[in-house]
Amino acid sequence: MNSSDMKSVVGKPLNRVDGHAKVTGAARYSAEFPVAKLVHGVTIQSTIASGKIAQIDTRAAERVPGVLLVMTHLNAPKVSGEAGGDRKLPLLQDNQVRYSGQHIGVVVADTFEHAMQAAALVNIRYDEEQPALHLKEHLDQAYVPQGKIPRDQPPDSAHGSVEQGLATAAVKVEQTYTTPIENHNPMEPHATTAVWQGDRLLLYDATQGVFGAKKKVAAVLGMPPENVRIMSYFVGGGFGCKGSTWAHVVLTAMAARQVNRPVKLVLGRMQMFGPVGFRPETMQQVSLGATREGNLTALRHAGTSITSTFDEFIEPVAKTARMIYACPHIETSHRLVRLNVGTPTYMRAPGEASGSFALESAMDELAYALKIDPIELRLRNYAEFDPDKKLPWSSKSLRECYQQGAARFGWQKRNPTPRSMRDGNTLIGWGMATATYPTNRSPASAIAQIKADGTAVVRSGSQDIGTGTYTVMTQIAADALGLPAEQIQFELGDTNLPETPVSGGSQTAASVGSAVHLAGTEARSKLLQLALMDQASPLYGATAEDVIAQNGRFLLKNKAANAETYGAILSRHGLKTIEARADAKPGEEKDKYSMHSFGAQFVEVRVNPDSGEVRVSRWVGAFGVGRLLNAKTANSQLIGGIVYGIGMALMEHTVMDPNRGRVVNADLAEYHVPVNADVPSIDVIFVDEQDPHVNPIGVKGIGEIGITGSAAAIANAVYHATGQRVRDLPLTLDKLL
Amino acid sequence: MQPFSYHQVEQADTAIASARLDQSMYLAGGTSLIDLMKLNVQTPQQLVDINALPLAQVEQQGNGVRIGAMARNSDVAYSAMIRERYPVLSEALLSGASPQLRNMATVGGNLLQRTRCYYFRDTAFPCNKRVPGSGCPAIEGYNRIHAILGGSDRCIATHPSDMAVAMMALDAVVQTRGPQGTRSISIADFHLLPGNTPEQETVLEPGELIVAVDLPASPFAARSHYLKVRDRASYAFAMASVAAALELQNGVVRSARIALGGVGTKPWRAYDAEKALINQPLNQNTLQAAAKAAVQGAKPQKYNGFKVELTKRTVMRALATVGGMA
Ligand SMILES: Cc1cc2nc3c(=O)[nH]c(=O)nc-3n(C[C@H](O)[C@H](O)[C@H](O)COP(=O)(O)OP(=O)(O)OC[C@H]3O[C@@H](n4cnc5c(N)ncnc54)[C@H](O)[C@@H]3O)c2cc1C
Ligand code: SF4
Repeated sequence: MNSSDMKSVVGKPLNRVDGHAKVTGAARYSAEFPVAKLVHGVTIQSTIASGKIAQIDTRAAERVPGVLLVMTHLNAPKVSGEAGGDRKLPLLQDNQVRYSGQHIGVVVADTFEHAMQAAALVNIRYDEEQPALHLKEHLDQAYVPQGKIPRDQPPDSAHGSVEQGLATAAVKVEQTYTTPIENHNPMEPHATTAVWQGDRLLLYDATQGVFGAKKKVAAVLGMPPENVRIMSYFVGGGFGCKGSTWAHVVLTAMAARQVNRPVKLVLGRMQMFGPVGFRPETMQQVSLGATREGNLTALRHAGTSITSTFDEFIEPVAKTARMIYACPHIETSHRLVRLNVGTPTYMRAPGEASGSFALESAMDELAYALKIDPIELRLRNYAEFDPDKKLPWSSKSLRECYQQGAARFGWQKRNPTPRSMRDGNTLIGWGMATATYPTNRSPASAIAQIKADGTAVVRSGSQDIGTGTYTVMTQIAADALGLPAEQIQFELGDTNLPETPVSGGSQTAASVGSAVHLAGTEARSKLLQLALMDQASPLYGATAEDVIAQNGRFLLKNKAANAETYGAILSRHGLKTIEARADAKPGEEKDKYSMHSFGAQFVEVRVNPDSGEVRVSRWVGAFGVGRLLNAKTANSQLIGGIVYGIGMALMEHTVMDPNRGRVVNADLAEYHVPVNADVPSIDVIFVDEQDPHVNPIGVKGIGEIGITGSAAAIANAVYHATGQRVRDLPLTLDKLL
Repeated sequence: MQPFSYHQVEQADTAIASARLDQSMYLAGGTSLIDLMKLNVQTPQQLVDINALPLAQVEQQGNGVRIGAMARNSDVAYSAMIRERYPVLSEALLSGASPQLRNMATVGGNLLQRTRCYYFRDTAFPCNKRVPGSGCPAIEGYNRIHAILGGSDRCIATHPSDMAVAMMALDAVVQTRGPQGTRSISIADFHLLPGNTPEQETVLEPGELIVAVDLPASPFAARSHYLKVRDRASYAFAMASVAAALELQNGVVRSARIALGGVGTKPWRAYDAEKALINQPLNQNTLQAAAKAAVQGAKPQKYNGFKVELTKRTVMRALATVGGMA
């Protein structure tokens, strides 16, 4: 009995199972739970970047009608913001101001309006200190991070000697690339509703990881984890900023305990710039050496990124350089500079997005220096195995991505000479870049339950951050259980359900999907065993291999008349349900294989030579991402990643005032993300790829790879259009005048 | 936001009477005012809602057109009269904001919208415009979006309106009614330079209500164009914009209007650039002369030096387009 025996639901472009609930407003987000006696919290934030709170006068705020609490470091309960993994949280435990925008108080009132009014009336006097605000001014303080980069890798790596490789190179490219602070800007802001029931705490939280939130909140508040429950049924985008539990979540719980009422706290758009992480500013040096024929002799990628004064986050920009090209001498390093900023965090393809801008721009520069087509250069350095881990790939379709992408785009018609293509006055440029993202997986559990009425419920903690988790898990469960998708109810977003990892690192499909697949398969097997051993069953005496499962029925392969519905089996055995739990985890495949998605990005830009305005006019992306769970949601994820890349390349830039370190463009009018007019139609090609090794369901992650290579492809296209090489993002018009 | 009282009026007279109270403000589309109230930048004690005033028509007035102060930006932009006779205004309106905002925003409100200067909008900073005498952090700060023309050592904020720039090129006249009676104010005199009093942005008196904007007939209005350069394809304020209008006779410029947006502390009329064109044929040389004159006296700041060159190029391109050269 296996899934090829059935008409597969997996892969179909099924509409989102939660689509109706979302467009009708029935889907409840974390700020939308009608909790009795709910009151409203608003945080007060620091307006200086470094110093101490000398005085905080809350009297006027407390006089506002309806105000229940003004919580500051003077009256906040004692907790430990450093307890539990992930981020260190400033939680009103001292008068220290570490960055502008740090939460330094919480006002709770009967209405949101009263809380807002009161928050504005809190009067604060600071003893200001000189803040550290500029990466370039503090490069001499760059240090080797204490922590590791993802997958527990040390910050530095070396194979061979880059000096030696450069010495033998016929052609060299040695350049510095910079990327600015960027903010995630999910549509739904962070939101938390905290409800205390005696010693137990219930939180509705907009999070990418309910279990991480549970552990962090419990550790900080000194509670047994079993007393904390987190629910998050719908999340309006995360992109990484909801991957960690930030101060406002704990502050909401603290405030709710103080006022003895449930408290809801929603961050305003402006408050999303600072205290909930961002993609840190980076400065990256790339050195490439190559023979005349274009074989790399040396590759060095050295990244420096900013972190906060009180915590460490490494943007792993040089991670990709370790594995993407074959080269005898590869060195990478990561350094950090501490500034008076909030702690940075994961943002869609952290490291791969920012790092690929530098590396893939440098590869383009090398292609021009060698007069070799950029695809050809990449093919000449194609890594047949992972040069860092010295392991074979579980699967790799990058060659096919280059080929199919180039064919669809019409790459062979490209005249490589800069400024050689025009449409009237408009300069046209074509650029490309390689995309890659690792295939991650973490332990995850699920329970599948078949019911006597022929339906099934499948449960797994997890969360749907807008990617389509409800939908693809329903599809996986349908195939595993042999039921139509409509008969399956998939539940997630609750720590009372089986444990799962954070929805980050593009790992939810692989991790949770594997658990759902195994639980579903197991539940179906259990049910089948009942029938096979039951004399009253038309399947009696057959073996599992003889049976196929279809539409809630088992039938004999070569005698379809011998069939029985799931419901019939259950009721004959007097059972209401039969269920199975799977605790799935990665196995030894990660010691045997290096596992990555790969892709190739092809871009056409149109540049106005008078104004320097760059618009993207055409996009083809070809990707090898293993098995597709849902053709429609997969396409959307790739498109979304590419749109994110257009933003990164052309406009996204969180600007701090150079003197005071406050973000000055903390709203969606001035922090630009692409609007419809900035996005052409995006043609995504999925290269057929079967990967038998990655995980039981053969999927690689798709949420992040779309942004990788995007910014470089655009910058390379702009070079082709204009002859100007911009190594500093975003690529705004002033840089092309 | 701080508490305020709210008052709806149906007649201009009642509006003016109500607004004479201290700390009172008119509420039109609210797209500028309500935002700033949420940010505690504007804290009126009373809002006088003028949305019900019968001032929303776009109609023929003599040889020109009268646009009611409450006409929505979308309605003006799509009015056939405006599109045919004053294309620059329609283009300017449609280049601004988003469809949703344009459906709410009114002509009166657009003229009076406040600057997008980051520091003005964040009460954590000092700002001479918001709190007179407190200082101008933009001059030493991040001033990429700020003005290169018309600034003072007190304020370098741009006036953000696209519509007003087109109106500058069209010699529009603002009609008002106030406690003192009615006034006709030339658009060129309507907005003020910051000088020592950046908090004073227009010549309007407290309680004075804009009732209409008149566009006179002119020999150049029909040959006009608005060119806006910005950081993304739509839904962004101008880095530089040009409203250009030309009257040509046998290839020679008889009259010209050039107004600039995104670079001036008020909607900016480039008189010298216009003069450079009068009685000249339109060619590369005269365009260059006009472009140069347009930025005469520009004072770039640390982060907006590019606007000088950008403005010149935008002027040339806009003129080339209206002159049929492009
Ligand atoms: C995100 C965003 C993007 C935008 N982008 C652009 C852009 O690209 N280009 C552009 O030009 N604009 C842009 N705008 C600004 C927009 O055009 C203005 O907000 C709008 O025109 C203001 O009109 P309103 O009717 O909403 O004014 P309100 O907010 O109602 O009022 C603004 C001011 O005018 C006063 N007022 C209103 N009507 C009268 C009257 N008849 N008499 C006297 N006083 C009056 C009010 O008291 C208030 O002080 C943008 C706005 C936003 C929010
Ligand atoms: S430029 Fe004007 S508006 Fe901006 S901070 Fe200075 S004074 Fe205020």
